[in-house]
Amino acid sequence: MTVMEQRATRGAGAPTPPPAWQPRTDPAPLLPDAEPHRVLGTDAAADADPELLRRLYAEVVRGRRYNAQATALTKQGRLAVYPSTTGQEAAEVAAALALEERDWLFPSYRDTLAAVARGLDPVQALTLLRGDWHTGYDPREHRIAPLSTPLATQLPHAVGLAHAARLKGDDVVALAMVGDGGTSEGDFHEAMNFAAVWQAPVVFLVQNNGFAISVPLAKQTAAPSLAHKAVGYGMPGRLVDGNDAVAMHEVLTEAVTRARGGGGPTLIEAITYRMDAHTNADDATRYRSDAEVETWRAHDPILLLERELTERGLIDEAGMQAVRDDAERMAAALREAMNQDPVLDPMDLFTDVYAEETSQLREQAAQLRAELEAEAEASEGSQEGGGE
Amino acid sequence: MTTVAAKPAAKPATMAQALGRALRDAMADDPTVHVMGEDVGTLGGVFRITDGLAKEFGEDRCTDTPLAEAGILGTAVGMAMYGLRPVVEMQFDAFAYPAFEQLISHVARMRNRTRGAMPLPITVRVPYGGGIGGVEHHSDSSEAYYMATPGLTVVTPATVADAYGLLRRSIASDDPVVFLEPKRLYWAKDSWNPEAPTDVDPIGTAVVRRPGTSATLITYGPSVPVCLEAAEAARSEGWDLEVVDLRSLVPFDDATVAASVRRTGRAVVVHESGGFGGPGGEIAARVTERCFHHLEAPVLRVAGFDIPYPPPMLERHHLPGVDRVLDAVARLQWDQ
Repeated sequence: MTVMEQRATRGAGAPTPPPAWQPRTDPAPLLPDAEPHRVLGTDAAADADPELLRRLYAEVVRGRRYNAQATALTKQGRLAVYPSTTGQEAAEVAAALALEERDWLFPSYRDTLAAVARGLDPVQALTLLRGDWHTGYDPREHRIAPLSTPLATQLPHAVGLAHAARLKGDDVVALAMVGDGGTSEGDFHEAMNFAAVWQAPVVFLVQNNGFAISVPLAKQTAAPSLAHKAVGYGMPGRLVDGNDAVAMHEVLTEAVTRARGGGGPTLIEAITYRMDAHTNADDATRYRSDAEVETWRAHDPILLLERELTERGLIDEAGMQAVRDDAERMAAALREAMNQDPVLDPMDLFTDVYAEETSQLREQAAQLRAELEAEAEASEGSQEGGGE
Repeated sequence: MTTVAAKPAAKPATMAQALGRALRDAMADDPTVHVMGEDVGTLGGVFRITDGLAKEFGEDRCTDTPLAEAGILGTAVGMAMYGLRPVVEMQFDAFAYPAFEQLISHVARMRNRTRGAMPLPITVRVPYGGGIGGVEHHSDSSEAYYMATPGLTVVTPATVADAYGLLRRSIASDDPVVFLEPKRLYWAKDSWNPEAPTDVDPIGTAVVRRPGTSATLITYGPSVPVCLEAAEAARSEGWDLEVVDLRSLVPFDDATVAASVRRTGRAVVVHESGGFGGPGGEIAARVTERCFHHLEAPVLRVAGFDIPYPPPMLERHHLPGVDRVLDAVARLQWDQ
């Protein structure tokens, strides 16, 4: 018996409490399932579209190769830092494929793969991590927001953009990506709340990869699951196997379709695992065991797809090799592009701070210009001196 | 006898009315202008600045948001990304702090982060400063925080006409503007014609409010009337004080300020904000760098004390008043 019902029985003849005491919506339909949604390795896999399976496989294999290449580039000093999504490729790729061209993606700093899978040039996606500028692309051209380094701060942006699109009558959906650690941030809460109140066409994708750098989920939240957090805001929460590319694609597509149709926001928690350290600068052995990593290796997104494709005879060894070759070509092109030194103009530091340079910035720009000229003269001088 | 349609004449109007009118006119002129914040819709804002906007333009254009400042500014960022021109109201100076991360990490630098591809034309209106008997967290002078953030424009009007003109220019700006409204001047009246508001100088232009020859009082926002009163009082001491109203702290009008100080040879910076790490230190340094050989005395500062904003029953001891300004003027080494 609920508290309200108890009151009603006990207080026969007592005045009825005001209607505002009643819960406004039934929470039951908003609750996530107890188990993450899975398709691969279940009976439902038989219904998966062969074309979709092959497409997801190709993209996930490319994604794995992209992660390996970007990590290698950090070791060669070509990238300042790379937060890898090795092991999380299914979620990254599915996020990109669930969107129409007119939709917007709001990635975190870890989600360059989702941007690349959306069609962004990897060199442009990696500009931030190479360090030659902050954002390497025009967000409006690609409908990909700048990679957000401050955690969860991109989520309210997605809500605002989706809200603005809806006000304008455009059927545009925003998909915002965040990690498990990011769900502890205040901006996560505020974005979820605004999205639900405004019924904004936005989908929140939380990749729960087990760790916020070193801190495990148990130290992050006491919620039954991250997907359960949705219920408190009045939106549905979905729990999905983040390594199951087909399940990810299904759940994301459903949520995007629902948002596009005016059904409001959805929170999706994808259970996955970061196979690499937080970044190349991190040492994961300090906070997790190799045995744990091994259990996830058996649940690798590529393995799950390969098993399904081969069991159903949808791909043979030659087909898989063709996919790997394609990924290798992508990696070679990325390697070659990143081995070129970026062209830097220090004077760019002063453009685009304001629409019009302030007099103070003009003075500072003149100072830098003079320093650069002096530097150039000095280096010419030393070259001449060296010749004597 | 011929009758001529009576031209609406200038009559006493408050700064609050002028600000409301500026919002209304901006919304009427540009359908992408959206007003959002806490209580701005049905109530018309706690200071009634947005009164009538929801009724005239609908709740989609003047929106009561959930009570969450980071969410308000964060969603405004997304709206601006999609081509809208949000005008955000922060209810009080100290209530704007939860939005700091959005302001500093995104709003201020989005133009720069995207090499100019995606500037954010957002105006953040912040009622600021003391002198209204507000309890804790309702009277902060938070301008130094904003001034220290590259990419933000920081504007603060001191007159009814400037309140209208500067707010229109702030909303029209393609850069984010923190528009600081001196709340104790909300109800200050001035002769002003809402039907024929005059334009003001571009943002970044200071103005000489009162010409003078003895010394320059450099000030802005709520301290402008204090300085004008001090300048009147100083006449009996034989000082003819010039008062420069900065109007915008960023961009800073070095030219107008330096020209004035070169003429007078003496300067006092006056503001409510604390002195240590406050705007006055930056301004005094800039003046000294540019006018050293014209100065007869060190540039002095009259500021709020370096204390948390005091309770209302003690705030008069904190706020720089006429006497404190005149004391500083008296210390400008007149006997040399």
